[in-house]
Amino acid sequence: MTEETQDNPLLNQAGEYLTFTLGDEEYAIDILKVQEIRGYDAVTRIANTPDYIKGVINMRGVIVPVVDMRLKFHLGNATYDQFTVMIILNLGQRIVGMVVDSVSDVVALKLDEIRPAPDFGASFDTQYLLGLATVGERMAIVVDIEKLMTSQEMGLIDQLAGV
Amino acid sequence: MNIDLSQFHQVFIDEAYEHLGTMEQLLLALDVEDPSLEDLNAIFRAAHSIKGGSGTFGFSDIASLTHALETLLDKLRKQTLAVTDEMISAFLSCCDLLSAMLEAHQDGSPVDEAQIEVVRAELLRLGDESVVLAEPPAASETTYAEIESVTAPIWLIDLHPQSDIFSGAASIDAVSEDLAALGQLSVINQQPNSHISWRLQGPEDPDVISEIFAFICQPSEVTIQPELRDDAVEEDEGFGFFVDEAELPAQQAQNEAEQGFGFFVELDELPANQAAAQEQQQGYGFFVDEASLPVASSSADAISNQPMQKSQVSLAQKNRSETPKHQAETSIRVGVEKVDQLINLVGELVITRSMLAQSASQLDSVEYESIHNGLVNLERNSRDLQEAVMSIRMLPINFVFGRFPRVVRDLTQKMHKKVRLKLVGEETELDKGLIEKLADPLTHLLRNSIDHGIETPEIRRAAGKPEEGTITLSASHQGGSILVEIVDDGAGLNREKLLEKAREKNLAISENPTDKEVWQLIFAPGFSTAKEVTDVSGRGVGMDVVQRNIAEMKGQVEIESIPGVGTTIGLRLPLTLAILDGMTLRVGKEIFILPLTRILESFQPEPEQLKTVSGKGRVVQMRGEYLPLLELYKTLNLEPEVTEPEKGILVVVETNSDKVALFVDELIAQQQVVIKSLETHYRKVDGISGATIMGDGRVALILDIDKLARMHSTDNQLQKG
Repeated sequence: MTEETQDNPLLNQAGEYLTFTLGDEEYAIDILKVQEIRGYDAVTRIANTPDYIKGVINMRGVIVPVVDMRLKFHLGNATYDQFTVMIILNLGQRIVGMVVDSVSDVVALKLDEIRPAPDFGASFDTQYLLGLATVGERMAIVVDIEKLMTSQEMGLIDQLAGV
Repeated sequence: MNIDLSQFHQVFIDEAYEHLGTMEQLLLALDVEDPSLEDLNAIFRAAHSIKGGSGTFGFSDIASLTHALETLLDKLRKQTLAVTDEMISAFLSCCDLLSAMLEAHQDGSPVDEAQIEVVRAELLRLGDESVVLAEPPAASETTYAEIESVTAPIWLIDLHPQSDIFSGAASIDAVSEDLAALGQLSVINQQPNSHISWRLQGPEDPDVISEIFAFICQPSEVTIQPELRDDAVEEDEGFGFFVDEAELPAQQAQNEAEQGFGFFVELDELPANQAAAQEQQQGYGFFVDEASLPVASSSADAISNQPMQKSQVSLAQKNRSETPKHQAETSIRVGVEKVDQLINLVGELVITRSMLAQSASQLDSVEYESIHNGLVNLERNSRDLQEAVMSIRMLPINFVFGRFPRVVRDLTQKMHKKVRLKLVGEETELDKGLIEKLADPLTHLLRNSIDHGIETPEIRRAAGKPEEGTITLSASHQGGSILVEIVDDGAGLNREKLLEKAREKNLAISENPTDKEVWQLIFAPGFSTAKEVTDVSGRGVGMDVVQRNIAEMKGQVEIESIPGVGTTIGLRLPLTLAILDGMTLRVGKEIFILPLTRILESFQPEPEQLKTVSGKGRVVQMRGEYLPLLELYKTLNLEPEVTEPEKGILVVVETNSDKVALFVDELIAQQQVVIKSLETHYRKVDGISGATIMGDGRVALILDIDKLARMHSTDNQLQKG
């Protein structure tokens, strides 16, 4: 999390976004945080973790955790087949895999296209939302993915107090 | 030509560290009685290299200190002087100081200038006073002229009262304080009968100083005189006569030098009423002047004054980048992350190879013979490559051991004990990561051994032991692990005292504890049996830290002790943190790795061997022993293939406190795995110590037996509750 995004959340929003779907909802994340998109494969389960943490995978020698967003936010059906996609996110020092229903598009969004989000309407806590955007006919929920993934709620990172 | 030399600073600093390391090692190994000329030469060369380099790169403070060092060394090497213990100590403190100065140049931290002054004064004094023993070496005197200039006058104050004046109302401290208010003060010599010598830099007029003493003693009892750089004859009018030495005629320099060390032979040249102690001060006072100056300014002056080409050197010290402070032996310096990256890549190669091999196994072996041959070669090569890359991380344990002769020397001097340190198996190779982590615990154990273990020479003599205690530091390979032992022939642990202390601290102890249990007490936090807290040890923090550090390295601490004979503390460590000899096992569809070193045996139990304790926990009977049964599928919430232990297999593993029988579906194979951290991108997982990548590219988790056993017992307690 850079200070810029905290100080002025609007600053980082102009740019390209990757949109993906979870159930009926369409989400958008900053494409610069995306390292790659790959199929769901060979995930090693980790004991005694919440169900949405699917386990870890081997990403070219690096052990990377995988989160199923469908389970985390109870959206869509969590099925795993050859069409299941995983977005590999590169969040500063950390790499995280995120399972979604499907990846849709890469869209360019300008500042004024992203409107502030109301307090409801998404499964995500609004503190992780940057706003709502209209993409063609559809509406995309723009998510601050780094803030979400590094949050305590996701349990992906040892919180200082918990160590 | 104007080359920016700052780009080479890092190279110089690295090299200087290397030279310092060599020097320290040689110094410690040097036999004072019969010094080897070869070693002396090597020490001299190291000092000389540092001096040369520092001069070239404009680190003039280092250059001038090493110059003093080199001068003395030169005399030793030419055998005009005999080596003394005092000299070795001075050399060592000089090494420390140089190291601190290098660090200062590197990251801009401040240097203790007073310390530099003290050390250089010491070096010069040693060099000067002993020359009496032999003819003065002509070559080295003129080199004094290379050293620099003075600004503020320096006074040598010598108080030699008839009676012990400080026993009355006047206090030494008050006088010192008054003097310190005038300028930079250092005590040169202090004797019990109020006889004190100071060295003061600052006031222009000596009357200011004598005023201070007017109240406490007769004027005749105190001598104040300028610290001379010139002939003693000029003493009276010599105030403020401090010219740059480089400008002095060589003859004059010669005089100075002679006078400097000639405090016995040239007595007649000095005013008769001066005490001998004073002359001595004066003797070494001659050459220390510039040391007391702020280093930065004096060195800059010095350089511009020197008839060398040093003045052309760019003084810019831009290169203060952060670099690792470790001192390596002759080698290429490569960042650890590069090596780790290499290890990762090789791991990937191995995995890719096994995937290829899997695909190729479906091909007809006659038709595609060359592919199969190629794969066999690839396998061999990649295995060799893996081993070679792994070995980059291995370093001889001498890297940690090497610093201990110094530690022991310093500590024994401080505590007035006699200890000989014996190093065994210094060439044993260990993973770099481990070596770094081993330094602190070992230092601690060594300190403990010297402080608590080894007795004072008197007690030792009374006990019929040689006065000199021996501490042996040894390292050896034992199977898949490394055993580092610290053996002392001291008093041994005192069982009664430990138990008493444990009761005092309300630590849980059994009725009739075994020795082993008693020794474990010293690992309890805050536990110390030292009667008084010294600055070396006795605060009770330490042993628990040692154990924790060792446990972090997946090692164990073993203690053996016999009262009056000594104590042995053994640290058993895995060879490397990067690779693990593991047993792959399966529960349901999951593959796990179990550290091989922890496995005692495995067996398939008969139903009658299994017993239930209080309806919940299960135990298995094995040769009269009852081991708790740890069902991995329950602890880790897995779906097993079999839930009956008699259909699966039990692996008896050693935890840090006990043994448990681990129930799994199947043991697969023994194999070496590369340990990867889960915490890099995820977080710590209970019961799992890390992860690895299997031949098929999947991730397998490495079990943390100790943690699993703890989880198991808590589970049982919860169920009971």
